[in-house]
Parts: sequence; C-alpha cells; structure tokens
Amino acid sequence: MAQTLVQKIIARASSRDCVRTGEIVTCNVDLALLLDSGGPRRIWPRLKDLGVGVWDPDRIVLMTDHFVPAVDAQSAAILKLTREFAKEFGIKNFFDMQGIGHVVLAEQGLLQPGMFACGGDSHSTNGGAFGCYMAGFGAIEMTGVVVTGEIWLQVPETIRVNWDGDFHKGTAAKDISLKLCRELGMDNAFCTVEFGGSTIANMQMTERVVLTNMAAELGAETGLIEPDAVTLDAIRAAGVEPDADALEWRSDSDAEYLATHNFDTGRLVPQVAAPHKPSNSGPADDYSDVHIDQAYIGACVGAKLSDLHMAAEVLKDRTVAKGTRLLVAPSSKRTMAEAAADGTLATIVEAGGNLLPTGCGACAAMGAGILAEDEVCISSTNRNFQGRMGANSSSVYLASPYTVAASAVAGRITDPRELLF
Amino acid sequence: MTGVNGNVWVFGDEINTDTMAPGLYFKEPIEVMATHCLEAVNPDFAPNVKSGDIIVAGTNFGMGSAREQAPMALAHLGVGAILAKSFSRIFYRNAINFGLAALIFPQADEIGIGDELVVDSAAGQVKNLSSGVHYEVEAIPAHLVEMIDAGGLMPWLKKTYGKKEQGKGQ
Ligand code: SF4
Repeated sequence: MAQTLVQKIIARASSRDCVRTGEIVTCNVDLALLLDSGGPRRIWPRLKDLGVGVWDPDRIVLMTDHFVPAVDAQSAAILKLTREFAKEFGIKNFFDMQGIGHVVLAEQGLLQPGMFACGGDSHSTNGGAFGCYMAGFGAIEMTGVVVTGEIWLQVPETIRVNWDGDFHKGTAAKDISLKLCRELGMDNAFCTVEFGGSTIANMQMTERVVLTNMAAELGAETGLIEPDAVTLDAIRAAGVEPDADALEWRSDSDAEYLATHNFDTGRLVPQVAAPHKPSNSGPADDYSDVHIDQAYIGACVGAKLSDLHMAAEVLKDRTVAKGTRLLVAPSSKRTMAEAAADGTLATIVEAGGNLLPTGCGACAAMGAGILAEDEVCISSTNRNFQGRMGANSSSVYLASPYTVAASAVAGRITDPRELLF
Repeated sequence: MTGVNGNVWVFGDEINTDTMAPGLYFKEPIEVMATHCLEAVNPDFAPNVKSGDIIVAGTNFGMGSAREQAPMALAHLGVGAILAKSFSRIFYRNAINFGLAALIFPQADEIGIGDELVVDSAAGQVKNLSSGVHYEVEAIPAHLVEMIDAGGLMPWLKKTYGKKEQGKGQ
C-alpha cells in the first residue's frame, strides 16, 4: 500500500508494515521532550502519586526555556524543581538555559529522519523539519509517555503543500507560514502538513523549521519535510552521524494526499498577521498606518541566526525610531555566540536594539518584554492571540524579522522592501 | 462523564488556550489561574459560571498552546461538558484525559445563552430542555472508553502501572 511519510513513521513506531489514515494505533516513543513550562513541575507530582519512575531516562530530553532566567520567587522555584528532576531521574540530555527547547533539540542533532517523537509543547511540530514525526501533547499525556513510553494516536491524513520559485528580497519562510494560515485556515486537526517544492529544497534548516513550527498554527498534528542533503548536513554539523536509512524516509510517489496545494513563491509579498490570530494575514503594506510601541524579535520561530541576519540587514546604518523600542531575544546561546562572532549583535545594538537573554521571553508573556494595556507590538513570534504577550488590551502583529526590523526603524508597520534594495 | 445537566455559556469560533490560561498567570496555582479563565473573551464567565454548566462553542475550540491548565481551569470552575463544532487536537486530548466531556456538536448555533441542557456523553445524547429539541451526537471514541471509565488518564495509569515498581533511572 502506498503511504505518506507520516504513515510510514507511524507504521514503524507501531510495529506494523503499514497503517491506514483514521486507524487508531499505539506507538513506541523514541524521544520525549519536556520543558520547564509543562514538564517536571506538572509531571513529577503525578509520578509521585503513581509511585513510579520514568520509562527510559535516555529517551527524555529536558530543557529550561520558558522561565529563564528566573525573575521572581515562583520562576526560581520552578527552575529549581526542573533541575532536581534531571538529577533525580538521571536525565543526561538536560539543557539548562541553553536556549529555546525546539531550537536546542535541532542544534544538538537529537532528531533523525523517521524518528517518532513527542513534546510537551504545541510547537514541537518544529522538529518535523528533520523528516521525523514530532507533535505536541499536554503535560498529562506527557506523564503517560514518560511512564509507559507509548502513546495512542489516530493516523492523520496528509495535506501536501508545495512552494516553487525564488523569494523576492525582503520575504522569507515566515511570510509563507502567515500566508498559509490564511489560505489553509487554523482548523486542520488530525492532518499532517507535508511541505515540498523547489523553494523548500533551497532553504536552510533554520528556515525550514519555521514552516513546521507554524504547522501548529494550522492546527495540524505536525508538519513534515522529507529529508535531503540539507537535512543530513545539519545533523552532521551538530556532530552526529545521520542514520544509514535517513534518506529513505519519504512519501511514496503514488501516496494519497487529502489535498495538494501549489503556491508560487515569486508572487509572495511580505505578510503581516493583524490581531488577534495568525490567519488574519495580508500584505504588510495594508497596515502601514499602524504605529508600533514595541518591535520584538524572539521565539523558537523567529530569532535563530538566519532571523537575526535578516534583522541586521535592515538595521545596518539605521536607527530605531523615537517612541518605539526594539527588543531582541536570540533563540539559543549558540545563536547568541554566532551572532556575536559575525557582528550581527553589534549591528542590532548600534541601531538601538535592546538585547535580552535567550529563552521564550515575551512570546507567551512569561519573560522580559511584556506589553502594557493598549500597547501595540510587531513580533517575529508565531501567535498573536489576545493577551498572548501581556495585557488583554494590547495588540500583536506577526511578521518576518525583515518586517519587524523595518517597522522598528520607521516606528510604524513597514514593508521591508522600502528599505532593502 | 455521563449525565451532566447545566446552563449554557456560548462562545464563538477559535477560542484559544492562551485566553483560558493566560501566560501572565502561568506561574500561579490553578485556583488563581482559573479566576482569569476566558476573561479576555467574556469577563463575566469565570466569576459566574456554576458547577455543571456547559460550554457551547464554534470551530477549533482550544486552538493554540498545549497548556493543560486550559481544560484544567474549565474543570476547576465546574464546567461539566463542552460542545463545539470542532476541537483542536491537543485540547481535545487534554480534556478527555482529565475526564472533561468534549463532544463534537455541529448544531452549536441552535443553542442559546442560558439554555438548559442535559448531556449524556457515553450515550451520545444532548437534550435542550429550554427548546425541547433532542440531538444525537458522536459518542466518545471506543478506544478511550476504558480510560474514561477508569476516570481519566491518571486513574487509568494508576490501575495499569501503579502497582508495578518501575526502574527509577540511575
Ligand atoms: S518561544 Fe514562544 S512559541 Fe516557542 S516554545 Fe517558547 S513560548 Fe512557545
């Protein structure tokens, strides 16, 4: 039977030759990602209640990212408990304040094509860019995973999305994601989105993960990209040898998709998603009268090295507008080091940007950079739900790092093509 | 999970989990978090919802963050069942794991604020006592019945794994 990539991974994980969409199966979990937000603080009391330990400490990866660095007694206590959990259960893959979990997972080469992974965070879909199944689950289900090493799921349908052609200057993967939220809607539950086409083939991994990360905004089970030489290079760059069968993890050419959508990247213009949902997207130009109090470059999706490069390209020899503040929270410590070494951070700071510690920061109103009542922010993050970044009356516009940086310079929402020639 | 009887709170499409469990209160215990549940959408909800009340909503209920405090806050406030045109995948799974009835209900638009409903999730029955209309809905999927009968994921894990002494790492 012809199968899509997600079916093949689920079939392997559930010890079957093939699986049908809609079928309910139990899968063995290869890797479980726990974060400080919904990890030990919620799981450990349950393990105590059950009187059991974890199924395999070597398959658990633990990160601190949402509450770092501690800013009050509560966040300090959550981080302390997270560190104690790592010690108590012998979690060797514990990355403390190394960056945002989804980003660090990729940097460490912990994902391989064909793997079946679960994460206690909705943007675990990020990992699907490596050709593995990686989806988000609530902490209660991650408790089940950590105890049993298994999870049930209904085999999802696959939606194929192809983007072909070259980006215009000032556009990037983020614009694709925002456009897709509008085109496909945010209610694609129990579907997987598989991305392909020449545009994706030409992207580096830090851009590909933007697409799978924001498969969460499409409401999808996960996003997937079939592995290729770029994938293997990224795994090698992390110091890990790819599995011998890595490139075999692809959809069959005659596999059945629920739908196939084809887009022309050459027609893509910079996108902005207006409050209060990512699917409220349209050309950045449509919002050029919106004044900005804060411009934020951060999050798993929007502050990797490639994102900081985009921002710096716009900010070079320019300054942030009076009355607007630019906050930049690099996605990981490695990003921070690389951006320091190549001068990117200097460009950002010289333009007037404020550098924040690495971590989730203001993205979900848990760290530095929270919005006050009625403030307006343009952000390279992935969600702009009401109150997401602070006060209920604040507004968040989502955009690419190019557009966020251009808007910081102008003090109002700005199509970056006005500044990039 | 069967036999919930309560009054209806109506919500629209795409109610997300950030509004149910706002990040600003994320470090607080569920008792505090719950007082802010859905305040951005309807500030009257948390202070006034009564035990057994029922949420009727549109599409993609619970979209966004995987935070389990979203269904927990609703359960803490006493919400007895959620009827929505569709649910986000993670929210649906979370709710069921807490034993909170989440039923797909295409006729959500026919229900009004304050209507009194009787919901039997095992039998897949919804009765609107205010309008007198009865609805057949999809029952909870069969493979989850054992877990739900046990009272949710935790009681089920306790039953299945709790007795065995497992390795505790190194
Ligand atoms: S950066 Fe934002 S979206 Fe990413 S994991 Fe952290 S809170 Fe979630």
